[in-house]
Amino acid sequence: MTTTLPERRATPLAAPADGPSRPPASRRRAFTRRRALTIAAFLAPAFVIVAVFTYYPMLSGSLGAFRTWTIYNVAEQPWTGLDNFRVVLSDPLFYSTVGNTIVWVIGSIVPQFVIGFALALWMRRKFRFRGIYQALVFFPWAVSGFLIGVLFRWMFNSEFGVINDLLMRSGLVDSPLPWLATPALAMPAVIIANVWYGVTFFAIMILAALQSVPDELYEASALDGAGKVRSFWHVTVPYIRTTLALTVLLRTIWIFNFPDLIFGMTGGGPGGRTHIVTSYMISITQQGEYGRASALGLIVMLVLAIFAVFYLLATREKKEAYR
Amino acid sequence: MITTQSRTGKTVRIVALAIWLVITLFPLYWIVVTAVKPRRDIYAFPVEYWPQTFSLENFVNLFAVSNFGTYLTNSIIVSVVAATLVTLISLLSGYVIARFEFRAKSAVLMAFLVTQMIPGFIALGPLYQLMVNLGLVNDRSGLVLVYIAMCIPFSTIMLRGFFENVPDALEEAAMIDGCSRIGALFRVLVPIMTPGIVAAFIFNFVSCWNELFLSVTLMTSDANKTVPTALNGFITSYNIDWGSMSAAAVLTIIPTMVMFAFASKYIVQGLTSGAVKG
Repeated sequence: MTTTLPERRATPLAAPADGPSRPPASRRRAFTRRRALTIAAFLAPAFVIVAVFTYYPMLSGSLGAFRTWTIYNVAEQPWTGLDNFRVVLSDPLFYSTVGNTIVWVIGSIVPQFVIGFALALWMRRKFRFRGIYQALVFFPWAVSGFLIGVLFRWMFNSEFGVINDLLMRSGLVDSPLPWLATPALAMPAVIIANVWYGVTFFAIMILAALQSVPDELYEASALDGAGKVRSFWHVTVPYIRTTLALTVLLRTIWIFNFPDLIFGMTGGGPGGRTHIVTSYMISITQQGEYGRASALGLIVMLVLAIFAVFYLLATREKKEAYR
Repeated sequence: MITTQSRTGKTVRIVALAIWLVITLFPLYWIVVTAVKPRRDIYAFPVEYWPQTFSLENFVNLFAVSNFGTYLTNSIIVSVVAATLVTLISLLSGYVIARFEFRAKSAVLMAFLVTQMIPGFIALGPLYQLMVNLGLVNDRSGLVLVYIAMCIPFSTIMLRGFFENVPDALEEAAMIDGCSRIGALFRVLVPIMTPGIVAAFIFNFVSCWNELFLSVTLMTSDANKTVPTALNGFITSYNIDWGSMSAAAVLTIIPTMVMFAFASKYIVQGLTSGAVKG
C-alpha cells in the first residue's frame, strides 16, 4: 500500500471533517494519511485471508517442485533441483496427456464459440419470454462441472444410457456403443459434455457484447447500402472484436484448468485416455507425489503464460492492422 | 439487423432457439426422471422416457444407506457461512477499488485476477499441511476459511462493478450529514445495491456448494463430508448405484438452480462487466 495518494476529485468530500475551503497543509497531510488508512483497512480482511489460504499455499506448492516431497516425508523435504521435472518429462503419460489436453481444449472451444455466437445472434432480437428463456438456458451454470460429468456419465452409460437409446432409435447405430470404455469414443463423449456446458457462457458474453453495439452504426451502414452479411462483418465483428478475443482467452485458460467434468465423467479413463494435464496432476497429488504434481503445475503455468502473451500480442496486431 | 426479418428467418430462429432449449434442459430432465423411477425401470433398455411408475424409493434408499442428511447439513452450514462472510469482506474491498484511485490499485486487481488464472491444484498439498498444523482438517470452520479465500477475488471484482454503477453523490451527501464512511456504505449504498449484493451472495453460495477438490482434501472423515465429496465417493465406488446417485444429484442441483434462476439477470451483469473490464 502506498502512503501518497493522488486526489480523485476536484472537490474532495471524502473526509467529512474537512471544511469546504482550502485546508492548511498539516490538515491536508492528515487527510491523506486518513485516506490511505481507510483504503488499507477496507482491503485488509480480503488480503489477509487470500494471502494465508491462497498465496502462501500456492507459493509453497511452487517451491515444492524443487524438493523431494511426497506424503511419506512431510517432516523434511530436501531440495533436489530439477529432479521432479526430469521425472515428469520422462514419463510417456505426460506427453499423451498433453496431446489429450490440446484435443480437449480445441475440440471444446471451437464448437462452444460457434454455437454460442449463433445463439447470441438469435437471442439478440427481442422476443416474448426472452428473460425466461435466458434464465432457462442459464441452468448449466448453477451445476458444478463435476456433477455435469456425473449426469453425462449416466447418459453415456453403455448398457442403460439414453444416448445409445436415442442413437439406436434414430437408426444411426445398430447396437449400444460402450462410450466411456472405448479409448476412441471416450474423448469425444467428454468433449460433447463440455461443449454442452460451455455454450451458454459464450452465448451470454457475446450477447452482452452485441448489445453494446450502438444502433446508429447499423442505421448508417444500412443507409450506405450494406446488407445484413456485410454489416455483420464490417460493423458487428470489428466492434466486438476485443471482447471476443478476451472471452476466448479466458475460456481457453479455464478449459485448460477444468478437470472437474472429466473427474465426474471418466476419472481420466479408460487407461488415461481422457486425462488432461490438470486431471493428471490431481491424480498424482492423490497418490501423494506432491513434488511431481507441483513440477507439473509449474509447467502448466509457464505454458499458459506464454500462450496468453502470444495470444494478446496476436490479437492486438490484428486490431492495429484493421485500423 | 435492424431491418425487419423475413418470415422464414424468424421461423429458423425460433426453431433453433427451441432446439437449444431442449438440448440444454434434457440432462436435467433425465436425472429427475431417473430419480423418480423404481430401481428395475432405471436398469431397463430400451429406456423409458416417461416413468411408468413413480417411486420415491431412491430418495428413501439414499438416506437409508448413506449419511446424506449429514452431508446436506454440512454443505448448507459451510456454504451459508462462507458466502455471507465473503460477501461482507468483498463489499469492503470492492467498494475501495471502485471509489478510490490509488497507486497500487492495478496491482491489487492483478493480484486478485491471478488467482483466477492459475491452476489452484498446486496449492492442495501445502494447504493440507497448513490446515493440519492449524488443527483445521475435518473442521467445518477450516473449510469455511478456505472457501472465503477462494471466493474473495471474483466476488470483489463483481461487487466493484455494481458499485461503479451507483453515483458517489449519495454517500457523499450522507457523509456531509455526519455519517462515517462505513456507515454511509452500509446505510446508504447497501440498501440501493441489494439486488447486486444478493446476486454476489448467490454466486458465492453456489461456488462453495459445488466445490469438490478442496473439500475432498480437507474433509476426510464421513461425518464432515460435504455433498460433492460424498458424490465423489459414490462415483469412485466399484458399482455405482444410479438410483441413489440420481436422487442425490437432484437434491444437489435443485437449490442452486432455483437461486440462480432467481438472480440470473444480475449474475449475468456481474460476470459480463467483471470479465470485460478485467
